[in-house]
Amino acid sequence: MKRLAISPPVAAVLLAMVLFLLSGLLPNGFGSNPDVAIPQAVNIIRLSVFLGVIAAGQTLVIISGGEGIDLSAGAVVTLTAIITYSIVKGQNENVLPALLAVLIVGAAIGFLNGVGVTFLKISPLVMTLGMSGVVTGLILVVTQGNVSGAIAPIMTQLIARPVFLGIPGAIVIWIIFGLLMWLLLERTSFGKHLFAIGTNRVTARLSGVNVTGMVLGTYALAGLLAGLGGFLVVGNTGVVHIRIGDPFLFPSIAAVAVGGTLLSGGKGSYWGTMAGALVLTLITSLLTTMQMPESVRRMVLGATLLIMISIYGRQRSLRQ
Amino acid sequence: MRTRWQTLTYRNPYLFALLLLALAVVANFVLQPNLFERESLNNNMRVFLPLILVSVGQALVILGGGIDISVGAIVSVVNALLATQIGLKGDPNQAVGWLIVALFVGMLAGAINGFFVAYLRLQPIITTYATSFLFAGVALFILPNPGGGVPSAFTQFYRDTTPLGLPLAFYVIALILIGWWVIRQLRYGRYLFAVGGKADAAYETGVPVSGVQFSTYVISGFMSALGGIAITLLTGSGNAQVGDALTLSSVTAVVIGGAALSGGVGGVAGAIIGAIILGLIRNIISFANVETWWQTFVNAAIIVLALAMPGLINLFRRKRA
Repeated sequence: MKRLAISPPVAAVLLAMVLFLLSGLLPNGFGSNPDVAIPQAVNIIRLSVFLGVIAAGQTLVIISGGEGIDLSAGAVVTLTAIITYSIVKGQNENVLPALLAVLIVGAAIGFLNGVGVTFLKISPLVMTLGMSGVVTGLILVVTQGNVSGAIAPIMTQLIARPVFLGIPGAIVIWIIFGLLMWLLLERTSFGKHLFAIGTNRVTARLSGVNVTGMVLGTYALAGLLAGLGGFLVVGNTGVVHIRIGDPFLFPSIAAVAVGGTLLSGGKGSYWGTMAGALVLTLITSLLTTMQMPESVRRMVLGATLLIMISIYGRQRSLRQ
Repeated sequence: MRTRWQTLTYRNPYLFALLLLALAVVANFVLQPNLFERESLNNNMRVFLPLILVSVGQALVILGGGIDISVGAIVSVVNALLATQIGLKGDPNQAVGWLIVALFVGMLAGAINGFFVAYLRLQPIITTYATSFLFAGVALFILPNPGGGVPSAFTQFYRDTTPLGLPLAFYVIALILIGWWVIRQLRYGRYLFAVGGKADAAYETGVPVSGVQFSTYVISGFMSALGGIAITLLTGSGNAQVGDALTLSSVTAVVIGGAALSGGVGGVAGAIIGAIILGLIRNIISFANVETWWQTFVNAAIIVLALAMPGLINLFRRKRA
């Protein structure tokens, strides 16, 4: 049987467009009123940026193979959002130090994940899950439930407001970010080695790749990107609470899977993840604006995810 | 080169879990001297039982090379179902029918997981994540707001059934272990380890790989339903999100119990020990008067330390060797 040759990222983007247009037929759906359809579409893309950036780290970790996954991403987003909020304190000049701080904190947590995975041989899923508990615990200890601070006007300006031809800053940031991720994955030796260790760690090591160093670096980078995500999230919402990152955790994995990256590692792209983030954000926003009850919303989300991964998330057959 | 410790732990995957269990029991006993008295033993075990049941199912799925992220949602569905259908004033005789229905619901949910993972060959973690939304939606649909429950005769039965002075949970665990021993004697038991170890090779030698994988999810659904029944009998009330916390705890319990998430290593006894260890850690924290804000952190830190311990020992040993 000849397989339909359509790449997952393209399929996901097409799906997003079809869903967006079809939703115009439903009450409260998008695209029903052409005057607001474009701003609505722009807004959906803007909302996808946050999931997209957080899922970038997840993409790297998953491509690196060895059952790689980062379940601490949600807690890191929360922690870094809180750090940003309390360092910035409403002052523009504090934004850069805050950004630097969250990148360092994120990378440090990611590095510890990497140490657990490489040196202590803890399986990534439970290592990062445990780390998520530790980080959440730390947040509770330090904040005792209250966080004081504020974001700076320049953050709102750059992230939430239009900066160029009516395009919000977040989207511009995402496009640049996407290009950088593409460069990293496809045009650097880090990227080449990442795919190599994701495909087969033994052959990668035998061909001279420093596997341990790569895994450490990948988890650190994933933590750093989750930190960047936390910074952007709080810049968009303007307020922070101690569960702000949780809703991003599993969607970040789903975005990677929907984007056609193999969860077993070695194959994937950041374009796919971007498309996955777009589709997931679109579906969630759609279900919210259509004012469905929470129960129906969850069922529809679960069913859509199942359908999407059934289309191209299949593993190779046993009888090959 | 394997060190002697590595060989030892490789041959006895439960060994480390047993050491940890002994440590946790001693620490708990120091803080709570009446730990082994009938009353407190029973109180602890009936709180631990739901996670134990769910972890046993999770252990089989992980042994077969998969993972089940939907177990908590299945627990919630069962809880919502029982709390609304039996009701606080329900007739115990009719209620037994609903308990059986609940078990079938769990197996149906597991069969859905198994169908997608084993026959459509979707990736287990993301598939069961998707179905967890499906099941969580169903639970919320049945019971949108916390409420309902089961008659107090049920919670009393669950609390006060202590044949020969031993907690009900001990008998349940004994039954599970006997069942597991029987499974290991059967061809199915060997298939299970073969499929989790190397599915391709198992397929080549004629093992019905898809069928075995499918069955692990059905068993996991069944065990989750049992866990849902246990938690309903424990709390006596309904809450469509009651199972959420059990999902990741069950995975942690299985790993602490010596299983490898890549499959083919581990078993049911380890998962039971792991689940008890997790429960004891919570106990220790509450009896050690850890300040409320510190509890999450201390709990997670102990778990990470427990997970890191075998690796630390190996590192240390290799340096000396």
